[in-house]
Amino acid sequence: MCLGIPGEIVEILNDRPDLAMVAVSGVRRAINIGLLEDETVAPGDWILIHVGFALSKIDETEAKAALDFLESIGQAYDDEIAALRESMIEQG
Amino acid sequence: MRFVDEYRDAGTAKALAARITALCEPGRAYKFMEVCGGHTHTIYKHGLEDYLPEAVTLVHGPGCPVCVIPMGRVDDAIHIASQPDVIMTSFGDMMRVPGGNGSFLDAKARGADIRMVYSPLDALKIAKQNPSKRVVFMAIGFETTAPSTAMTVLRAKADGVDNFSVFCNHVTIIPAIKAILDSPDLRLDGFIGPGHVSTVIGCRPYRFIARDYGKPIVVAGFEPLDILQSVHQLLTQLAQGRCEVENQYARVVPWDGNPKALAAINEVMELRPHFEWRGLGFISQSALRMSAAYARHDAERIFRIPGGRVADPTSCQCGEVLKGVLKPWECKVFGTACTPETPIGTCMVSSEGACAAYYNFGRFSRERVKEATRQ
Repeated sequence: MCLGIPGEIVEILNDRPDLAMVAVSGVRRAINIGLLEDETVAPGDWILIHVGFALSKIDETEAKAALDFLESIGQAYDDEIAALRESMIEQG
Repeated sequence: MRFVDEYRDAGTAKALAARITALCEPGRAYKFMEVCGGHTHTIYKHGLEDYLPEAVTLVHGPGCPVCVIPMGRVDDAIHIASQPDVIMTSFGDMMRVPGGNGSFLDAKARGADIRMVYSPLDALKIAKQNPSKRVVFMAIGFETTAPSTAMTVLRAKADGVDNFSVFCNHVTIIPAIKAILDSPDLRLDGFIGPGHVSTVIGCRPYRFIARDYGKPIVVAGFEPLDILQSVHQLLTQLAQGRCEVENQYARVVPWDGNPKALAAINEVMELRPHFEWRGLGFISQSALRMSAAYARHDAERIFRIPGGRVADPTSCQCGEVLKGVLKPWECKVFGTACTPETPIGTCMVSSEGACAAYYNFGRFSRERVKEATRQ
């Protein structure tokens, strides 16, 4: 729950500017980007995600290092990705 | 050394460890508290304590959101879940947390509709799909998760989802750190500051630690090297006679935090006069509740909450573990009566809890455990 997970923005949703489609460890889900302060995001940008919300924009190097680390911790990260896979955040 | 040796930057870590050793004043012992449960997880998983000189001890702090929820609040949530037409939702970590009358999983087995969600937005979605049900989100966590709850409530209000409410158990990190600093049980030399909480609150709120208590604090990232680097920064400050707030995790944590996230919290929630923390007791102004303007989405106003206090089982020493007074393996029931499968205390439930982290990884350092038990 407290893990910040890096995700790559795949698509900004035109009809819901507070949501973006994000790829996280092969899972593609809608993530809320409404908390990013004065930062515009575009496909290819990386964000740090907490429980469905992007809390900060990060660079690709940091994202890759964070992913390596998360993959190394095992169960806790697997559980988080499994929960994300079940997530159904979407428009509407 | 197993996990450290597996770590890709083992060479860098060893070099850093040597510099840490060189900074230790002969004959002096140092105790640093890592506030965040995520850091505790890294420390045990990567065997970082084996890397540090004997003079440096890492003490685990209260920054595990599931661990600090008192049993009475779990019972209150189960009471809400047992009301007619209620769907209770919460994060997976919450499901096995024991209350006085069992956990969410036990209540579910007795017929309550309790569902695990990844995000509060998922709970909102369930509310939209079930207009005849009252959907409650049991919100837990520090400032890392509070903005997500607040944003979800704002969305519920905007979309007119009146059957969605929040049972708010969000806590704030600064009063907990202050309670630990004021506790006579423990003398600390500095803090490894929480990384993701600081993404939201920034580094300024920690200044009182340096100013009023004369202790250094370094906000740290979650990789093994981040933690070793932070220990190095703490020791450097002490060696130079400085006490400051430093940000080792500046690549993610802005000095001023995330003002938009703070604004969302302030819009939807307000400080409670006091809140009970498991192990730490009542701490004033240390938790958030829904403000009156959002009463429609406040489970504490919608449902009658028993609000009973339940003492922890006498065998459980989570309180001492959360305050850093005891190491997990020093608890009487650690690994015997209390395991991740059948937890007695909260510290054994969440993967961020010190006991669960130590149970899962720390035991590989057998020699160290034996050493520690002998002391």
